[in-house]
Amino acid sequence: MSMQTGLVTSTPQLRTYAPTTDVSVAAPAPRLEIVRAEPVTARRDPRTEPGPIRLVIIALAITFLSVFVVLPLVVVFASAFSKGVVAYFAALAEPEALAAIKLTLLVAAISVTVNLVFGVIAAWAISKFEFTGKTFLITLIDLPFSVSPVISGLVFVLLFGAQGYFGPWLQAHNVHILFAVPGIALATIFVTFPFVARALIPLMQEQGTQEEEAAISLGASGLQTFFRVTLPNIKWGLLYGVLLCNARAMGEFGAVSVVSGHIRGETNTMPLLVEILYNEYQFVASFAIASLLAMLALITLVAKTILERRLDEAEVPDGD
Amino acid sequence: MVSTAVARRSTLPGFGLTMGLTLTWLSVIILIPLAALFLKTFELSLDQFWGIVTSRRTLNALKISFGLSFAAACVNLVMGTIIVWALVRYRFPGRRLFDAIVDIPFALPTAVAGVALTQLFAQKGWLGAPLAELGIKVAFTPIGIFIAMIFIGIPFVVRTVQPVLIDLDPEIEEAAASLGANRWHTVFRVILPSLIPALLTGFALAFARAIGEYGSVIFIAGNLPNVSEIAPLLIVIRLSEFRYADATAIAVVMLVASFLIIFLINRLQRWAQARIPVH
Repeated sequence: MSMQTGLVTSTPQLRTYAPTTDVSVAAPAPRLEIVRAEPVTARRDPRTEPGPIRLVIIALAITFLSVFVVLPLVVVFASAFSKGVVAYFAALAEPEALAAIKLTLLVAAISVTVNLVFGVIAAWAISKFEFTGKTFLITLIDLPFSVSPVISGLVFVLLFGAQGYFGPWLQAHNVHILFAVPGIALATIFVTFPFVARALIPLMQEQGTQEEEAAISLGASGLQTFFRVTLPNIKWGLLYGVLLCNARAMGEFGAVSVVSGHIRGETNTMPLLVEILYNEYQFVASFAIASLLAMLALITLVAKTILERRLDEAEVPDGD
Repeated sequence: MVSTAVARRSTLPGFGLTMGLTLTWLSVIILIPLAALFLKTFELSLDQFWGIVTSRRTLNALKISFGLSFAAACVNLVMGTIIVWALVRYRFPGRRLFDAIVDIPFALPTAVAGVALTQLFAQKGWLGAPLAELGIKVAFTPIGIFIAMIFIGIPFVVRTVQPVLIDLDPEIEEAAASLGANRWHTVFRVILPSLIPALLTGFALAFARAIGEYGSVIFIAGNLPNVSEIAPLLIVIRLSEFRYADATAIAVVMLVASFLIIFLINRLQRWAQARIPVH
């Protein structure tokens, strides 16, 4: 929902083109530039509230966000550095921490790549052609957003676990999916499935098919058309999807927790290690890992904001 | 490759190929695994299923999850409206920063949010200590779950309502004002009613997210059976006890609930679409 609303804010006919249930994507900030560009005529304007009420509303908003959102973030860094910088870096240099960082990067690389390819393919089929059931297909792609992370992990236990449908076969052939990297990657692919497709579909629908049709009629092959015409047009949207997909892949906890088995140094991703260390009262170590994830979140937010501006600028020449 | 008959009015290639790949991959990653969940449930008799779902511990976990999620979504609805109003309608120092801050609960990994909130609200925490002096214990109680759910849900209301409030035609308000409505009437009789679909959608999204939320809740929850144990945690516990049937039954109840919420949101969006005059 949120991601889509933001991406297509400038196009009213697209904003509501399909109901979505994205319950986990970071939403882009709407086009503040436009709002800001309007002359501020607060004083005589019948469209605003008396001064004291304005102050109360602003104070409530700032207090709420500070207490519920900013403070937890500050706590992460304060706790991570509570025993000093040396303890912080010592915690990050632990073999267990390094193993978790490596595994997280590996799993994110796998799931982002897979979802990138799928996302582009799905977006091409959905946005460049007309067919019945399109809205339903988009709803299906969105499904992982509305499934509890724990259930996203559970389904793979039911498929590949010892009592699962493929469990006996896998055991007989000595293939390890659950409590191993493939299971963690599968669960992560599941939860991050919609991100890239969701970022591309509204963008590609808006761009239409004229440019591609022109390329084809001039003799370009399908792949040439995609790489020379479509890809340059969607590169920022694609990057946007990859960014959000990556953030979620690295930060996923519930789904991965169910399929990982928590084998120390082997199947613990960074979020899982945060949990383990916290439960062992190793607060500095736990928050040191958590601070890396928090930084990832902050960098993602900044990059997202920049990308949104790019996307907005890219839309302007189309007439807005 | 020529587009298939289904792909009308398009001369672009690759419809058959990309649609085939899309459906195949969608089935492998999403549909078959979810189907496995329902298939597993059908191995239970209706009595068994009912027995699991209505057992005291399960019922309490579901009540805690749904009840607190609903309460948290209500808080999000009110606070989200206030925040979105301040962000869209007023100019104040740091406005753009606070606008970006709204996204943090989306971006912060849930486990990080979980340990941070716990640390913050624990008895010796920055907020937990003063609250403890007032006799309010937050961490390791249902209040902690409630707080975590508020944290995780706030962006949904803000981000759903924000574009609608920005796009709201200023002439409507001016007309109301020029017809003699005071500001109070204009806000509550003219503006808020036109935000209702977006508000309800944001509410439903926050509600759905809170029901399924795991990472940011379990650290602060205390996880006492029947008191502060959420349904997703009970699924994990049943799995670790190898009671797959129990885990599956609870999961199916939750999944059906979230499908109902998706359906409701879809309806809401259609309703909203019908209300918006064609541009």
